[in-house]
Amino acid sequence: MTHLTRRNFVRMMAAAGAASSVLGWPIVSLAGKAEGRVVVVGGGFGGASCAKYLSKLAPGLDVTLVERDSRYITCPFSNAVLAGLYDLDYITHGYDALQQSHGVKVVHDSATGIDPEAKTVSLAGGSTLQYDRLVVSPGIDIQWGAIEGYDQAASERIPHAWIAGSQTMILRKQLEEMPDGGVVIIAAPRNPFRCPPGPYERASLIAHYLKQAKPRSKILIYDAKGKFSKQPLFEQGWQALYPGMVEWISESDGGAIEGVDAGNMTVQPTFGDPQKADVINLIPPQKAGAIAHTAGLTGDGAWCPVNQRTFESTVHKDIHVIGDAAIANPMPKSGFAASSQGKVCAMSIAASLSGQEMPDPSYVNTCYSLIGPDYGISVAAVYRMGESGIVAVEGAGGVSPKDASEAFRRTEARYSVGWYQSITSDIWA
Amino acid sequence: MRTSIGIPLVAAAVMVSSLLASPGQAGELTRGEMLSASCSGCHGTDGKSPGAIPDISGKSADYIRTSLEDFRSGQRDSTVMGRHAKGYTDEEIRLIAEYFERQK
Repeated sequence: MTHLTRRNFVRMMAAAGAASSVLGWPIVSLAGKAEGRVVVVGGGFGGASCAKYLSKLAPGLDVTLVERDSRYITCPFSNAVLAGLYDLDYITHGYDALQQSHGVKVVHDSATGIDPEAKTVSLAGGSTLQYDRLVVSPGIDIQWGAIEGYDQAASERIPHAWIAGSQTMILRKQLEEMPDGGVVIIAAPRNPFRCPPGPYERASLIAHYLKQAKPRSKILIYDAKGKFSKQPLFEQGWQALYPGMVEWISESDGGAIEGVDAGNMTVQPTFGDPQKADVINLIPPQKAGAIAHTAGLTGDGAWCPVNQRTFESTVHKDIHVIGDAAIANPMPKSGFAASSQGKVCAMSIAASLSGQEMPDPSYVNTCYSLIGPDYGISVAAVYRMGESGIVAVEGAGGVSPKDASEAFRRTEARYSVGWYQSITSDIWA
Repeated sequence: MRTSIGIPLVAAAVMVSSLLASPGQAGELTRGEMLSASCSGCHGTDGKSPGAIPDISGKSADYIRTSLEDFRSGQRDSTVMGRHAKGYTDEEIRLIAEYFERQK
């Protein structure tokens, strides 16, 4: 005689679920409603995506987003602001929709400490937040001191503009004030760093501005690397739109910068003479945002090791790290990748707090770069969890074709703007 | 004691499950939702695009599935969709198509 205990009933229903999915019927979830407190630290592409999708996937969760600033200024499209194509407002996003439409509590404060045993986050304002799961998405910090002579004071004169906002506007003002015939130096760092194609898109859009406003000027890219993201496409674009204006200096030709002199406005390559410029944009080496280091989440390195399926830290239990701060290679440190990780992480937390199996993760990256306002290129990749970590799906992804038509480049430029509108609305609206 | 599940019971459970199931019901985490979250980055939340990228919310599952299959095979020209579609199996494409069809 069969006793239909709860346990057996669950088993039976699971078997039925499997059978029904084979037959093309949807699987019934047997799990309970997700309950618990989730705190998300950092309201950028990773953190804000995670908070929104946690609320969307599991409306019963108590989700609190801790973000220092009242508004977020995106790095994507900040190069277009430098070129004068958009203003800073265009790339600035608030948190009203997350609070009012998605039920996320937003606290504007800075996380100063994490106690993984007590499961608390302390805030600069003096309060303490209790969590069941914590998501840390602090983005990057600059490694001050990695380049001789480069500190916070020097960055007022030699902006990095790699965290958008006031730094972007310093660089924009300098470009507006430099003379025609002047020299702009962009110094790009070694891998890994935030936004691999970013320095080269920046060179492109500054060239677009200079071509119209100061056409005798020149841009020198000093690079600590021997090659870079979407290189053949960028070089083809520079040739087509800005012949003779952009010069790339590889690491092997003395492109790596070891020091700067903000007083004399010079950069010192690892070999060769110092080079003077009218505008210097130094993109220095980076590391995970401060709270990741304070909380010990970086282990011995500059970035945070995580379980790449759930983004749970391998250092501390029940703490997840996503976005630029996490080690998620082969995914790049991009806003799009951070958002994709935020969604996968939200799925893993919602599953865990409702006793469900997490669906197999699916991650994606899509990055557009504008070489000119009507000339766009892209790189894409689809990722799955492999045996030991994230792997790009073979045969998928890649960059735009090398010898595409003008119309193709124009379409990708249009999609680049559409991409920006979509991703920012997917996160902050 | 381990209970063996008889065929009639499974059949009954299947019937119950098909009666109770409404796709995307609150609290249910599905593979379709996971896969579709990848699309939302460019196409907007639940496929509702605010800009130049096509809105795919509420489009018929047939249309989305055929489009993705044609992008994947190269039968339909694209800028980036061919590169994305090659990353998904037939089954995954079906789940994505069904997810967006339900978003009105």
